[in-house]
Amino acid sequence: MNRKAILIKCLKAFFIGLVLLFLYAPILLLAVYSFIDTDVIGTSGAFTFDHYRDLFTDSQVMTMIGNTLGLAFASAALSTVLGTMGALGMYYCKKRVKTAMGAVNRIPIINAEIVTALALAITFVAFGLPKSYFTLLMGHMVICTPFVVLSVMPKLKQMDNSLYEAALDLGASPAKALFKVVLPQIIPGVISGFMLAITLSLDDYIVTVYTRPSGFDTISTYVFNATIRGNAHTAETLSSFWALTTIIFLVILIIVIAANLTGRKKKEVLK
Amino acid sequence: MRLRFSRKLLGVPYAVFLIFFVIIPMLVILFYAFTDKEMHLSFGNFIQFFSDHTKLSTIVYSLVIALITTAVCLAIAYPVAYILARSKMKKKFVLLLLFVTPMWINFVLRINAIRELLSWVGLLGEANYFNTIFGMVYDFLPFMILPLYTTMLKIDESLYEASADLGAGWLTTFSRVTLPLSMPGIASGITMVFLPSMTNYVVSDMLGNSKVTIIGKFIYEYFGTNWHMGSMVALILLIVVFLSTWLTGGFKEDETVRGANL
Repeated sequence: MNRKAILIKCLKAFFIGLVLLFLYAPILLLAVYSFIDTDVIGTSGAFTFDHYRDLFTDSQVMTMIGNTLGLAFASAALSTVLGTMGALGMYYCKKRVKTAMGAVNRIPIINAEIVTALALAITFVAFGLPKSYFTLLMGHMVICTPFVVLSVMPKLKQMDNSLYEAALDLGASPAKALFKVVLPQIIPGVISGFMLAITLSLDDYIVTVYTRPSGFDTISTYVFNATIRGNAHTAETLSSFWALTTIIFLVILIIVIAANLTGRKKKEVLK
Repeated sequence: MRLRFSRKLLGVPYAVFLIFFVIIPMLVILFYAFTDKEMHLSFGNFIQFFSDHTKLSTIVYSLVIALITTAVCLAIAYPVAYILARSKMKKKFVLLLLFVTPMWINFVLRINAIRELLSWVGLLGEANYFNTIFGMVYDFLPFMILPLYTTMLKIDESLYEASADLGAGWLTTFSRVTLPLSMPGIASGITMVFLPSMTNYVVSDMLGNSKVTIIGKFIYEYFGTNWHMGSMVALILLIVVFLSTWLTGGFKEDETVRGANL
């Protein structure tokens, strides 16, 4: 390798490193300060677990974490069932119906979230539906389900159709053939749809604000209100978010590493 | 008579769901946008909105912020995607994951981290527009990297070799091979960054010291005061979205799934 090639290689590595630094610096900064006994970043203090203690003893914070997780699992589970059934139905429909449903399915995906949120909020009020857990759940399903459909569809297209016919010929009922033959073939798409739905729901701020019942907070709405409107009931709350960010980051890191160690097959697709 | 089981029927619940929670809400927006407070048909909302100079200047600011954000994202993401896609590393997939992982942290917490960083360096409240753009670039960068990476990965390595064999230099290869073939990725990356940077007012609220207003914020403000005006702004955004997806040839569906298929 000549000198020029080595130089280019170093430059590439330097650039990649710089961008990664940009992406991780804010998170690492919070991670470091989550162990330092101070409420202002940049000031020094002793090593401490106080921020973590504050996080876990703040009942309001714990409630909103529970709310966020509960909502994410509920809306992801419902979206996955609805979206998988929807994708199956669309796949077996006439082309016209399939295209029409596909087009409507894309609306919430390409639309600005604020437009979806406003449309839902006005519709709920116009039809006399007071904001409740139900409206919130529907709001989250509107943003999650289209993505489930999108991740199941490619698996349906790859599926071997003759297997279903064979199952029917061998005497399986259509429902049984669907569960025993079709579902196993599309399950990777269903699982990634579910995971995607969870991340979308966990991440959401805007639709939540427009559809939630009053007094219901998720991580997004709680952190936003605490930092912007100064709604945090104690000063410790703000610095306990450092601990929260660190914990979430670690959990994601563990999931990513675990998924990589177990699911090596998936990587082949991307090569 | 026994009802015959048909696989098509599995789609009925989702069709009903789409009608009630997607189509009807869009029609409601359309209805409110073209009516006044007495529910009479009216174009007054449009005229009122576009004759308001402060509103118009905010729109211009918002568009400029979105343009800068998109351009910066593209300038950073393009080389990253290029280097990653062409790297001969065995584990380049892991490297890509490193770029996507921060995206899975709750987005308000991520912006809060940026806020703490900016307040530490002393910029918070000082450089509101810079801070807003900084935060948006931070937040939306993975949305630009992913589609670029997927399209560049599909470029056949032999094309580069052929180009080199035929005597093309680096620049020619880039402009005649890489750039044209990565156009679809650029298009979906731009649409995925531009729209949120016009509408996601959480970033501008948290980092812009409440001094930076973007188009999305109008909808928030109107939601409390005037639904007809709010619907009108939403309708305009809706039209912009459909025009831009139509012009850029639509979304590549495998690229919109936010890295879940990684």
